[in-house]
Amino acid sequence: MIRDITIGQYYPAKSMIHRLDPRVKLVCTLLYLVSLFMFRSISGYLIATLFLAAVIRISRVPFSFIVRGLKPIVMLLMITVLFNLFLTRNGEVLFHAWIFTVTEGGLVTAVYMAVRLIYLIIGSSLMTFTTTPNELTDGIEALLHPLNKIHVPVHEVAMMMSIALRFIPILLEETDKIMKAQIARGADFESGNIIQRAKSMIPLLVPLFVSAFRRANDLAMAMEARCYRGGEGRTKMKPLRYKYRDYAAYIVMIAYVVLVVAVGRMLPLHVWIF
Amino acid sequence: MSIKLEHLNYIYSQGTAYEKRALNDVCLEIPHGEFVGIIGHTGSGKSTLIQHLNGLLRASSGELYYNGENIYREGYDMRKLRNEVGLVFQYPEHQLFEIDVLTDVCFGPKNQGLSPEESRERALEALRLVGLKEKYYQSSPFELSGGQKRRTAIAGVLAMRPKVLVLDEPTAGLDPKGRDDILDQIAYLHEKSDMTVILVSHSMEDIARYADRLIVMNKGAVMYNDEPKKVFEHYRELEEVGLAAPQVTYIMHDLVKRGMSVRTDVTTVAEAADEIMRTLVHHCTNS
Ligand SMILES: Nc1ncnc2c1ncn2[C@@H]1O[C@H](COP(=O)(O)OP(=O)(O)OP(=O)(O)O)[C@@H](O)[C@H]1O
Ligand SMILES: [Mg+2]
Repeated sequence: MIRDITIGQYYPAKSMIHRLDPRVKLVCTLLYLVSLFMFRSISGYLIATLFLAAVIRISRVPFSFIVRGLKPIVMLLMITVLFNLFLTRNGEVLFHAWIFTVTEGGLVTAVYMAVRLIYLIIGSSLMTFTTTPNELTDGIEALLHPLNKIHVPVHEVAMMMSIALRFIPILLEETDKIMKAQIARGADFESGNIIQRAKSMIPLLVPLFVSAFRRANDLAMAMEARCYRGGEGRTKMKPLRYKYRDYAAYIVMIAYVVLVVAVGRMLPLHVWIF
Repeated sequence: MSIKLEHLNYIYSQGTAYEKRALNDVCLEIPHGEFVGIIGHTGSGKSTLIQHLNGLLRASSGELYYNGENIYREGYDMRKLRNEVGLVFQYPEHQLFEIDVLTDVCFGPKNQGLSPEESRERALEALRLVGLKEKYYQSSPFELSGGQKRRTAIAGVLAMRPKVLVLDEPTAGLDPKGRDDILDQIAYLHEKSDMTVILVSHSMEDIARYADRLIVMNKGAVMYNDEPKKVFEHYRELEEVGLAAPQVTYIMHDLVKRGMSVRTDVTTVAEAADEIMRTLVHHCTNS
């Protein structure tokens, strides 16, 4: 049940994308997300689709796994589509009933918006599927390093992030365990009205909080015992180093962005949105 | 009255990249009233196996019969099953949550639909059985020591008066006296009320002392399922899968190697002492 959430989950596989430097993946993902809003024509969408499909293919993450990650945003997607569909007044009227009017422009906007949102989610989850949480925080720390100059505690923030990420599966597992133990004692988490259900969560939440605090305490103690004292003067066991393939990835990405912007804005197959 | 497992398989996270086969074609029959020990190296599937016994995990394939009824049958009453099969998890102290010990132990009976007085009655009885001192009954479970928490948690399951009691390493991390106390109490309960007891343990000595039958798990499959002394005959194979026979088994085998004609199928220190004495006396009277 809780384990079905795939957003932010790592998918272990051996692929070119998995091996890339996390900084490359962070920057490229950001570029891709921005690029989605930089074109307005059908040809732009085509290129963005092809690019995404190619990356998915190379990453060896099964398509079904990616689609499963989309489930939680179905609601959001529906709302966006409906708003765009009924509230955009633009072009020929296709359909009219009571207060609902669908125009050609509205239909196009709705479809494009949906596609953009889906690509946004797939693009960013592709990054988390192919990068372990540790690599990700390393990458973020390295990218934000310049902010140290203006006294942003980059290392501490990155450390907190990696600890938080590390704790998610642990707490999920703990929840599972405690839930089972209480069910074995006759607890019922499923039936009853909302108040009864909230009450039935107490046997789950109390031990969970206790264990979270205990773990936090243990971890702090263990870090202290190993002389952890923040980021100052700290070196890495595996420092991030760009390799040949990372530069290649940057070049491919830049080529894609230039292409999609140029083609998306200039080719005559225009379907204007904004 | 029995538990019967037929070709049980269990796979964690089936259908994802993290697929992990934890049980592999397990066939077992546990008759009512038996004291069964389960042993196996870390990760051999013991905890996974016992979570099937009260329906917390549902087998990926295979059948499980409780008293002849298939528990995977449509409409089977899982609550009733869980009332009869009590499960004490590994590190059960992590499940405590109430404001005081007594109330926490009452949680199970209360869920069974008993009146507050009856629940209290049962809780007191269970707490006495696990040997927790009366002065702790009103203290917060979070203030207790590890061993006291463990006793409280075990009492929480005992208070439900299960017909089958399953314990997953109930003595891990306890001192020798605490360990013996708890196991002795469980053995006493087993004798007094002919409750079925299934005990997962890492200690061959404990199993040898209490269990009528020993199930050895290896890589998710049942490797041996026999009387303890017969299983310990295979001590070399046990060593190969990261286990060992009780120490006395080794002593007896050593003695035989050095020319003393003792029996090697003894499993406890007391039995071994008797056997050695018997042989010595026999030896002296003959010569
Ligand atoms: N929640 C889970 N998700 C995925 N795999 C799991 C899960 N729980 C256990 N496993 C895997 O299943 C296998 C059997 O685990 P199990 O907990 O049954 O072992 P065990 O015999 O109880 O070990 P131990 O003696 O350490 O308690 C292990 O390889 C473990 O990695
Ligand atoms: Mg276990």
